[in-house]
Amino acid sequence: MRKYALVLLAGVILVVYPLLVRNRFFLHLSIMVLLYALLGMSWNLLGGYTGQISFGHAAFFGTGAYTSTILLLRFGISPWLGMLVGAVLALLLSVPLGWLTFRLRGPYFALATLAFAEIVRVIVYNWDTLTGGGDGLNILTDLGGIVRFYYIILALTLAGLLVMRGCVRSRWGFFLNAIREDEDAAEALGVPATRMKVIVLAVSAFFVALGGSFFASYQLYINPDLVYESQLSIQMIVVTIVGGIGTLEGPVVGALIIVPLSEYFRSLSPVANPLIYGLFIVVFMLFLPEGIVSRVRHWLARRTAAAVEEENNEISAGV
Amino acid sequence: MSGRRTLPKPSPSTPESTSKKRMKLIPYIQAMVNGLLVGSLYSVIAMGLTIIFGVMRVINMAHGELIMLGMYVAFWVFTVFGMGQMAALLISLPLFLVLGAAIYGGVVNRVERRAGEMGTLLVTAGLSYLIANAAQLVWKADFRSLPSALTTRSLFLGGISLNYSLLWAFLAAVMLTAATYLFLIYTDAGRAIRATAQDREAAQLMGVQIHRINMLAFALGTALAGMAGVLLTPVFYVYPYVGRVFLVKAFVVVVVGGMGSIVGAWLGGLLFGIVESVACLFIPSGYRDAVGLVVFLLVLLFKPSGLFGRSRV
Repeated sequence: MRKYALVLLAGVILVVYPLLVRNRFFLHLSIMVLLYALLGMSWNLLGGYTGQISFGHAAFFGTGAYTSTILLLRFGISPWLGMLVGAVLALLLSVPLGWLTFRLRGPYFALATLAFAEIVRVIVYNWDTLTGGGDGLNILTDLGGIVRFYYIILALTLAGLLVMRGCVRSRWGFFLNAIREDEDAAEALGVPATRMKVIVLAVSAFFVALGGSFFASYQLYINPDLVYESQLSIQMIVVTIVGGIGTLEGPVVGALIIVPLSEYFRSLSPVANPLIYGLFIVVFMLFLPEGIVSRVRHWLARRTAAAVEEENNEISAGV
Repeated sequence: MSGRRTLPKPSPSTPESTSKKRMKLIPYIQAMVNGLLVGSLYSVIAMGLTIIFGVMRVINMAHGELIMLGMYVAFWVFTVFGMGQMAALLISLPLFLVLGAAIYGGVVNRVERRAGEMGTLLVTAGLSYLIANAAQLVWKADFRSLPSALTTRSLFLGGISLNYSLLWAFLAAVMLTAATYLFLIYTDAGRAIRATAQDREAAQLMGVQIHRINMLAFALGTALAGMAGVLLTPVFYVYPYVGRVFLVKAFVVVVVGGMGSIVGAWLGGLLFGIVESVACLFIPSGYRDAVGLVVFLLVLLFKPSGLFGRSRV
């Protein structure tokens, strides 16, 4: 009961927040936190729950961003529709990649993602009649105020969270865990491992591309270095690791910590900003590989257990 | 965006006696020769990666940054001390052996114990990002290169030009490859490395100290990356993010050759160098780096175990 009350409270705060806080910078910060939470949880579904590490999710992000932008600029199609088209396109792109690499034992997927992201970036960079090449694309039409964008990304992130939750809490969740822990054993028990991995990759790519489209419409400018940069893939990994790999809340907590920090470091020096991502990965993998959420949960569970035991002791002492 | 410096075009003053047909072939032969020379360096890079993978099942995502560091070592050795590549090689060998052992002992080993294969993949990716951006902070994003007087001298052989420093790098790479191979085949430590790669438990039962062998393999792989970096310096621009380019190439080569196979890495490197170089005659130069992925995907599609069998190390 208390849990539902908390969720309701959080929901009300999230909805009322932009009406109370009129500061543009804080709104921008919250938008970025929500966006990175969405990206992180999409990466986490594949990397954390299924154990398939991707270093190329920027490819899906960029595909979403470019698709909706090109559709808007060339054909005047609303970004709302373009967003869906971009997400479906990213999904279609992910399926052959997954099918090729997931059939094989070994870390072929991780190797392929890096090369895959690079090639997509190279194509976008060179196909300048369509994509504007290195100059990028400018959206000149006004797509709405910052509050509107806040609600859009809030809706997207909540939708993402619900879908991921649905995946993880259903029997699929057990399938994914089984695949991560021991793929051979999982297959022996009848889990269609390859198919599950391809599906999860597709879901993950879909939501990352939604985030990409959103980003393009929000920033009104994209270029290959902005939306295909490997830094994006790394950022998705960082928010997940810091929050807690393989937990639902992890990427949200991670984004809450990393995004403001990152904005702060960016204001200090543009070079120091990417440096902290690498530092965070190494430090967390060394000293807190399970992430903040898991550690706090563990600590809470132990405290509760200790309290219960104490109570029991008191009772038995009283008797 | 490979930052590849253009190698000299074939000499325009080909002897008049050569037939027109031969003249037509010259660019292809030139491309193949250049590809072979550069490919020998890819071989060294891929061998480093494949030794580490074969022994530990760890993909070292920071391999490219180690190459980058090797390139800076060569650059500074030349510009500060005025010494050549031979000196840079000799300096970098102990330097990178120690660096590799330190990375293994300080980071990779600890993470592997707690978080397994997934953990090492993530932490080496973090290291890669950390090293590249630290280099960016310290050395700035400038593209550096050795003076062109040193790097553009060429030897002409029947219309084919052979860049001296590239030729030298080729010879050094061949010697490195041979030395590594002989080390793995004929020394006790090399035998232990191969045994561990084949079957970790069995090797352990035979008295191989796994921890020590892991460290040795990581140090060896790191040293190969660093020395490959030294040898690449005359041919490629030196800048902080150059590692990524070579990491992707190394992945392609390792998959082409069969993951964990030393001979596969060697042949795969030569083959990939040639394919990449010749393919660039037919496609726009912007797509140079796309060649690798196409090769990569084709191999995965038709012969996932790699072109050169499935022998491990």
